[in-house]
Amino acid sequence: MKEPLIPMIGVVTDIRVDTPDVKTFRVVGLDGQKPFLHIPGQCAMLSVPGVGEALFSITSSPTEQAFLEFSIKKCGCVTEWLHGMEPGQQITIRGPYGNGFPVDTEFAGKDLLFIAGGIGLAPLHSVINYCRAHRENYGKIDIVYGSRSKADLVDFEEILNEWCQEDGINVHLTIDNPEPAWEGHVGFVPNFVKELKPDTSKTVVMCGPPIMIKFTLAGLMELGFDRNNIYTTMELKMKCGLGKCGRCNIGNKYVCKDGPVFRFDQLDALPDEY
Amino acid sequence: MKQIPRSQLNQLFAAISEKQKLYLPVDDTTGQSVFTLWEEGMCLSSGLNTIRSAKDAFFPQVENLMGFRVEERQIQLIETRDPAEPFVIFGVRACDVRSFGILDRVFLAEPVDTYYAQRRENCCVISLACGKPAETCFCTAFGIDPAQPEGDVTCWLTEEKLYWQANTEKGESLTAGLPMLENADPAAVEQEKAAIRATVQKLPFGGLDLSAFGQGRTKALFDLPHWKTLSESCLGCGTCTFICPTCQCYDIQEFTGGKTIRRFRCWDSCMYSDFTKMSAGQPRPTQTERFRQRFMHKLVYYPDNNEGIFSCVGCGRCLRKCPIHMNIVKVIKTIGEAAE
Repeated sequence: MKEPLIPMIGVVTDIRVDTPDVKTFRVVGLDGQKPFLHIPGQCAMLSVPGVGEALFSITSSPTEQAFLEFSIKKCGCVTEWLHGMEPGQQITIRGPYGNGFPVDTEFAGKDLLFIAGGIGLAPLHSVINYCRAHRENYGKIDIVYGSRSKADLVDFEEILNEWCQEDGINVHLTIDNPEPAWEGHVGFVPNFVKELKPDTSKTVVMCGPPIMIKFTLAGLMELGFDRNNIYTTMELKMKCGLGKCGRCNIGNKYVCKDGPVFRFDQLDALPDEY
Repeated sequence: MKQIPRSQLNQLFAAISEKQKLYLPVDDTTGQSVFTLWEEGMCLSSGLNTIRSAKDAFFPQVENLMGFRVEERQIQLIETRDPAEPFVIFGVRACDVRSFGILDRVFLAEPVDTYYAQRRENCCVISLACGKPAETCFCTAFGIDPAQPEGDVTCWLTEEKLYWQANTEKGESLTAGLPMLENADPAAVEQEKAAIRATVQKLPFGGLDLSAFGQGRTKALFDLPHWKTLSESCLGCGTCTFICPTCQCYDIQEFTGGKTIRRFRCWDSCMYSDFTKMSAGQPRPTQTERFRQRFMHKLVYYPDNNEGIFSCVGCGRCLRKCPIHMNIVKVIKTIGEAAE
């Protein structure tokens, strides 16, 4: 019987600097292949033996055949160590964990509105690129993405050179404060969404800091969106990833196993703990 | 049904431990009953229940999961799992036996925890009916019968004899290897059972009203102001979780000794502040949220996910050991009344 807590060894083959505190890590197995298959929105446990293990959302799309990628912000022990390593370093990896986004079911045929703030783009990146690869299955795609400054926009090159160049995809970028070299929108994400007045028939996929989620959700409600049609992905402290260690629950749901993706009507049914 | 004179218990334990390890409640030097690896000369404790629950047999307080050897950029995974060996635990009370089923629903659910599963498969559980239930016992509130505990084998201890009833294949096969057990009339324990049930009837918390709890009760109970008043004096020491037969939350930590790293699992407690603390924030900032989590989990969330089964067996350990005399009975009464 395979023990789910025992990880496999992975190799970090490439490290990309995205922003001053975000790097993207490319991981393959010891055989050079992608460690495992996943659904957009699912997560993996990465660890550096001797430092610790932590859960990260998989940033790359399942349509990427050769590797898994993780965009990781430096904010704790494990992430600090990851940021200090060089290509060729081995780490451990286990997964995939969680439910993922319903990309082939509830999202199919819909116009999609992605709303992200800061590192919140990481889990949505996987969904967006999956939808781009299966373009015929989805309607119009709108992406609203904001961060503190231009330098803090994750995947800025890919957004400019790929997402912005495709028909049927509208990208709306914003930063918190004016900058000399910035000609785009300035302001916070929740207000920007309200100004854009998106059509309420769109399916919304949202991820960002809790304060952004709170105010953006309120704005979407004002515009007349249905909570059954707004998805988000949660993050809490986790140790096992299997729904057993007991710490990532909201009411009777474990974020690692029953989430991390929830619709807002599902969250409404849970106690207001987070 | 089988029987053996009480004076020959020593021979019975010796015969069992000839083939496999035998753990049973033995009084330690402070007079407290503790599950102990049996050796010649040890006597079965006369106490009602062990100070710690029997969950240690399958879910030890600390256990190695794996090891790593790290050199330069290379990581080597080292298997550290103990080899499987059959063992017997004798003298498990009805409450603790029931707790195994509650833990099974967590650890044996897909994906199966193989460390737990390995021990569970290799263990033969011999339960012991509770001759003298204590005032803190309330297993009957959860439909547990202390006169007829579950297990691979059920035993009853009277003044003169130990009665022995195998319930499962595992129990039958253990029994077959113990020729000192003589045939007995099943009617012999009926009097003992009746006496236990009569005692239990009189226990103060036996008829605890649980109707305010169970499936679908989150919204009705979560925001009650009583969580704050109940939790005000909680020290967050975690004693209740450590002695609880159904508490199963764990942490994974590492011990680094030069190039070799040992990754182990240890019991954790939702009563501790760092249980949920992340570099990004603390979702349960005060003891009120942590306290509420522990009891909501046992009385609402677990039943929600397990067809209404409560994650408490009424063993009463938390009633005896909490340093500020808070316990699940007070919570059930206070929240239960407030929710009416």
